[in-house]
Amino acid sequence: MIRFDQVHKRYANGREALAGVSFAIEDGEMAFLTGHSGAGKSSILKLIALIERPTRGQVFVGNQNTAGIRPRGIPQFRRQIGVVFQDHKLLLDRPIADNVALPLIIAGTPTREIDKRVRAALDQVGLLGKEKSRPLELSAGEQQRVGIARAIVGKPKLLIADEPTGNLDPDLALETMRLFKRFNEVGVTVVIATHDVHLIDQCGARRIVLGDGRLAAPSCAAL
Amino acid sequence: MQAWFARHAQTFVGSLGRVVQHPLAALMTMAVIGVALALPLLLNVFLQNSRTATANWNQVFDISVYLDKKPGGARVQALAKQLRGRTDVAAVRVITADEALVQFRSTSGFGTALDALRDNPLPDTVVVTPTLLASNPRGTDILKNAIAAMPDVQTVQIDSEWVARLTAMLGILRRIIWLTGALLGVGVVLVVGNTIRLDILNRRAEIEVMKLVGATDGFARRPFLYSGVWYGLGGGLLAVLLVATAVASLAKPVERLAGLYGSPLRLNGLGFGWGAAVVGVSIGLGWLGSWLAATRHIRGIEPR
Repeated sequence: MIRFDQVHKRYANGREALAGVSFAIEDGEMAFLTGHSGAGKSSILKLIALIERPTRGQVFVGNQNTAGIRPRGIPQFRRQIGVVFQDHKLLLDRPIADNVALPLIIAGTPTREIDKRVRAALDQVGLLGKEKSRPLELSAGEQQRVGIARAIVGKPKLLIADEPTGNLDPDLALETMRLFKRFNEVGVTVVIATHDVHLIDQCGARRIVLGDGRLAAPSCAAL
Repeated sequence: MQAWFARHAQTFVGSLGRVVQHPLAALMTMAVIGVALALPLLLNVFLQNSRTATANWNQVFDISVYLDKKPGGARVQALAKQLRGRTDVAAVRVITADEALVQFRSTSGFGTALDALRDNPLPDTVVVTPTLLASNPRGTDILKNAIAAMPDVQTVQIDSEWVARLTAMLGILRRIIWLTGALLGVGVVLVVGNTIRLDILNRRAEIEVMKLVGATDGFARRPFLYSGVWYGLGGGLLAVLLVATAVASLAKPVERLAGLYGSPLRLNGLGFGWGAAVVGVSIGLGWLGSWLAATRHIRGIEPR
């Protein structure tokens, strides 16, 4: 599903985030990107979502070389990926239902279909009945789950999450991870960037460890 | 396709909600548009009414033909006869120098001054009335040139010349109104563009989120285009309202003035056609302003 081939990323300010990273994540796999902050976790996710482009090397997503995707093709490309953010990135002046429906509205899904799928997505994250609430009326954990519902409402084959448990207490964090695991069990490829090593140990999935922009250790041997 | 229409309708109404979220700011923008459009419109109403008025005056004008000094009565009568023979002349009246002097003495009040002169300073005059058919700029011009070429004729004067000058002035005024209108139209585009630009900057986070979940620039731009349309609609209606109010407040004084001249002239307002056109143009300008601003600024907003 994802393959990085000798990927370098240097930002405009001169900081080198990635220095020759190669790895692959198979279809249906669940993987954690770990490492201290600044190790390059976020850069990898940004390269997958085409928020950034590699300075050198190649990034393949779903067997497609992302170098071949022109700016005009980026919106269509992003609709195939579900993205969860640490700070949720919800639209605070819209009800929960509108927030979750956004990817479907953008993709031009028929209205009746949207209602059905929004309710299904909210049901999956345990927020059915909160459609009319506003994001700020919900707890941090609930807001994060709204973000997850929005990421999965379009039934993506790939779900990526940047520090999804960063603002949550341990119980809520574990709950959120179980949620990701459930999506993985129905065939969604899941990539989660987190520095919460304790949590990863409890989840028992593959780790890709980064340090200073390189793979710190062979991903399997670390376990 | 149905979903597409439903989305557009929803965005259209939704953008109205966003516009009225800040009623004062929205009203200010609409007021600027309204005033900017009302100014050239008012001038145009004034112009249209002036043209109607002068069109009524532009009928038959006499041509005064002043002759050389003392050609003698027989030659004057011969000239009059020749003029009466023309097909474009309806009537010819001869005013001899003596008759003119008598009339001038009684009406001007310069009686004693005229007595001091040894000779009659006035020439013989022939007043020519063209036929209705020849009473147009071209017809009177031909007639004027023909008369000027006749022997003994000193000066030919058409009493309609001031109307021609007025018409020319109105032509210039018309051009000025169009230029003013065009400039203010550009102003409207810039005002809407600036309002939309601020709106986009305020909604930067929202646009980033939309792009992150796969929105095209066009999708992110759509609500702003509709906002521009609403601003244009509000501004256009306001402009029509301002002009209607101004015309209503001027109607009575104009009627009184026209009454003093014994004219049935009445002040005409914009009328439905013009009003609808103004609102349409205003909507177009609002759309253009928001399109320019949104296209430019939304392209610059990318998720980080």
